[in-house]
Amino acid sequence: MARTQQVYDDIPGTFVFDAERAKEGYHLNMFCMSLMKDENRKAFKADEAKYLDRFPLTQAQRDAILNRQYNRMLELGGNIYFTAKLGATDGHSFQHIAAIMTGSTQDEYAKMMLAGGRSIEGNRSKSGLDLPGKSGKGKHKAKGFKAEGKRKKSKKSKSKSKSGKKRSKRG
Amino acid sequence: MARIIAGVASSHVPAIGAAIDNKKTEEPYWKRVFSGFEKSKQWMAETKPDVAIVVYNDHASAFSMEIIPTFALGCAAEFPPADEGWGPRPVPVVKGHPTLASHIAQSVILDEFDLTVVNKMEVDHGLTVPMNLLFGSPQKWPCPIIPLAVNVVMYPPPTGHRCFMLGRAIRKAVESYPEDLRVVVFGTGGMSHQISGPRAGLINSKFDKAFLDNLTKDPKKLTKIPHLEYMREAGAEGIEMVMWLIMRGALDDKIDEVYRFYTVPASNTAVGHIILENRRKGEGKRKHAGKLKHAAARAKLDVRRG
Repeated sequence: MARTQQVYDDIPGTFVFDAERAKEGYHLNMFCMSLMKDENRKAFKADEAKYLDRFPLTQAQRDAILNRQYNRMLELGGNIYFTAKLGATDGHSFQHIAAIMTGSTQDEYAKMMLAGGRSIEGNRSKSGLDLPGKSGKGKHKAKGFKAEGKRKKSKKSKSKSKSGKKRSKRG
Repeated sequence: MARIIAGVASSHVPAIGAAIDNKKTEEPYWKRVFSGFEKSKQWMAETKPDVAIVVYNDHASAFSMEIIPTFALGCAAEFPPADEGWGPRPVPVVKGHPTLASHIAQSVILDEFDLTVVNKMEVDHGLTVPMNLLFGSPQKWPCPIIPLAVNVVMYPPPTGHRCFMLGRAIRKAVESYPEDLRVVVFGTGGMSHQISGPRAGLINSKFDKAFLDNLTKDPKKLTKIPHLEYMREAGAEGIEMVMWLIMRGALDDKIDEVYRFYTVPASNTAVGHIILENRRKGEGKRKHAGKLKHAAARAKLDVRRG
């Protein structure tokens, strides 16, 4: 079933973890949760594909996990507090994952944060509609985001998703 | 009779906890953050509350996807620090106040806030980081702490208005507790930050500053902010700020802002902190109110925008 379109899907570069994604991503998140235990981390690192067999994941979710596509995981129902545990299992700091999600190097990301973070200007809305104050229609249309791995492709199909394209087949 | 004397809001960035645990607080990057809480620790040491009610959220530590309570009140005698993947933080076990907590549960449920009673729960950085910021790193926490965990992980969290009204109900509950206790309420989380997706790293200082201003002078305005606006303006995870409204709802309408601190960044997040005091009955504006206010302004890093 195609994802129900929501008003917050207009926020650029954002996958809101709503009830629908929570349902879709239940097993993905519970896999991540299992990594809280050292014995599970060891089993996962020893044979990732085999360990994932313990969870009824979709093929797309398995691929996203094995390829460490953090945006794709969010799109398929992952939640950042859970997927961060996968990053920690790999021995990465959170900024490493943030850099992957934002398509930058960790150094670039760290510098952006030190300089005051990502500006809200130009990052409010995909459509340019529904903006506060004087901002005119289309004025604050979101800047493009660098894509991680296969995401570039799926970005194109995002605009089509309104026509009911099946999410699980994307990317 | 118990009464709420003050409210404290503070971000609960996990990296702040890591900086404390790894003894990095003197490094310039972290000193900038911690220096903003020196006055607050002083204030807390002088205020000496008998109990603290701490509104926070769990980050996939005590609650996984199996159970997602919107409001969960900790009624246990103690709450151990959670293992968030690197072993539990080396902080004292949180001692609860089961009798006051149960009293609050009973009172607010009859006031139509159907919260979840939790008698076994570990607490993560969402609770322990603000404790460090206000109490320092003592051998044991100086007072009993009642955790109130709010779901802000799965959308939708409770609305800002609902949070504010829960605060009101908590105030009523505290004020009907027979023992003479002085209670401080913490609202934690925020301020603007997004840690997920291609827009991660978002900071909106203008939104944060307006939020701090209105927390003091016009909280009802804040209760009207829809979730969409929090997520759009303050980042997907910035929606945590609804928890501050529980704290504000628990205070009187007229309060004195005694201290404020804001700096960017700590890790991926804008750090905001404010202390609000209730006025004593029959007393006017507190004399020292405002004296501490903005005292740490000089210590903060330039925020390049806003």
